[in-house]
Amino acid sequence: MKILIPGLTMTIPLTVIAFSIAMVIAVITALIQYANVPILKQLARFYIWVIRGTPLLVQLYVVFFGLPSIGFRVAAFPSAVAVFAVNEGAYCAETMRAAIESVPAGQLEAGFCVGMNYPQIMMRIVLPQAFRTAFPPLFNSLIGMVKDTSLAANITVAEMFFATQRIAGRTYQFMALYLELAFIYLMFSTVLTRVQAYGEKRLNSYGGNKS
Amino acid sequence: MSVLEIRNLHKGFGSLVVLDGVDLSVEKGDVVTILGPSGSGKTTLLRCINFLETADSGTMIFDETSYDLARMTRADKSRIRMRTGFVFQNYNLFRNKTALQNVTEGLIVARKMEKKKADEIGMRMLAKVGMAERADYYPSQLSGGQQQRVAIARALASDPEIIYFDEPTSALDPELISEVLAVMRNLAEEGMTMIVVTHEMGFAKNVSSKSIFMEGGKIVEQGPSKEFFTNPRMERTREFLRMEEDRETASSLNAGKNS
Repeated sequence: MKILIPGLTMTIPLTVIAFSIAMVIAVITALIQYANVPILKQLARFYIWVIRGTPLLVQLYVVFFGLPSIGFRVAAFPSAVAVFAVNEGAYCAETMRAAIESVPAGQLEAGFCVGMNYPQIMMRIVLPQAFRTAFPPLFNSLIGMVKDTSLAANITVAEMFFATQRIAGRTYQFMALYLELAFIYLMFSTVLTRVQAYGEKRLNSYGGNKS
Repeated sequence: MSVLEIRNLHKGFGSLVVLDGVDLSVEKGDVVTILGPSGSGKTTLLRCINFLETADSGTMIFDETSYDLARMTRADKSRIRMRTGFVFQNYNLFRNKTALQNVTEGLIVARKMEKKKADEIGMRMLAKVGMAERADYYPSQLSGGQQQRVAIARALASDPEIIYFDEPTSALDPELISEVLAVMRNLAEEGMTMIVVTHEMGFAKNVSSKSIFMEGGKIVEQGPSKEFFTNPRMERTREFLRMEEDRETASSLNAGKNS
């Protein structure tokens, strides 16, 4: 119980907020690359290159311990949200880009032929189809992120892992406590897996991607 | 009265010349078929006329207004496209929309029409192509012929001045071709103006009012379909028509063997 409570009050909000922001970053970054916007496209590639090329833990340290030393003090929770959002955004941007590129060019052309403009076609035709393709890998990322939030313990965010460490330090029941922690993560993932299966079923009802 | 006129259309891809000065005039109610071997530029011609490709040079006269095909503004493109229809070889129905939504999407989004009114038009157009009872099906649940009929309904929805067909039956299984051709024949009889790129000689000969033979990015011969088929003037046209005839005979023999 003492582990589950920080799970509900910290791990879940951290994941939900950070992943939501990550999705916004991902879609924008993917669209910039797909539409080939000059300068912004180079910036997008640079962002993905840097974030994917450095460890998440190091990114957390840079923001939480590094920034204060040059005068920017950010509290632990917002730091974690920012780092997870930016980190996950880079990975999901690549997922979204691949999914958007997998939508046949004919869909775009058909949209033009009925008089729709580019933003209308993207919002109503291309992105909905891309989301269907991206849905399983995006859920993969989400499940991965739930577990990665345990790294936030390193920057004093009082999430599940942090809480467990403190209890273990007091009671010395390492095996029981860490197994319990693992079990709770497993339950979170199980719920998400179920949600994914349900979501895919719903999306398939709209015809699926079988062309 | 001419609905559409194209003058001196040029288009190349890199060093390859695809259209080498094409002139075309389409009168109201005309059904123009464009024939020619693959690579002759007929599909590119249609795509340039509907701005899916940007022409290198050329003039278009549509609705008594003259446009420079190499410099079309977005607004002009969109305005003209709302008054024309385009039917693709591989249908290109919106895969995340039902048959009805495919037909109404352009009306609701591009023309800002009320949904109720758009649905009414949509159902009427689907009925016209014999697809009303499949209105709620997604493209993946329809056969190729059915998808193409929905695509024709989509092209009809905007009450277009002219519809372009880019090899509308080439991707279909032989037994599905006739249902699409029947819909096109009905449209022709109702007086719809159409340009049809096709290999269906029967349609060209019996339904279209005017036939054009293209090769190497140029129009080799054009004329009223009757004359074009009974008495072609150019040797190259005759040769092409003979080859197409052989091909059709061969495929009908094959079909006979299989059944």
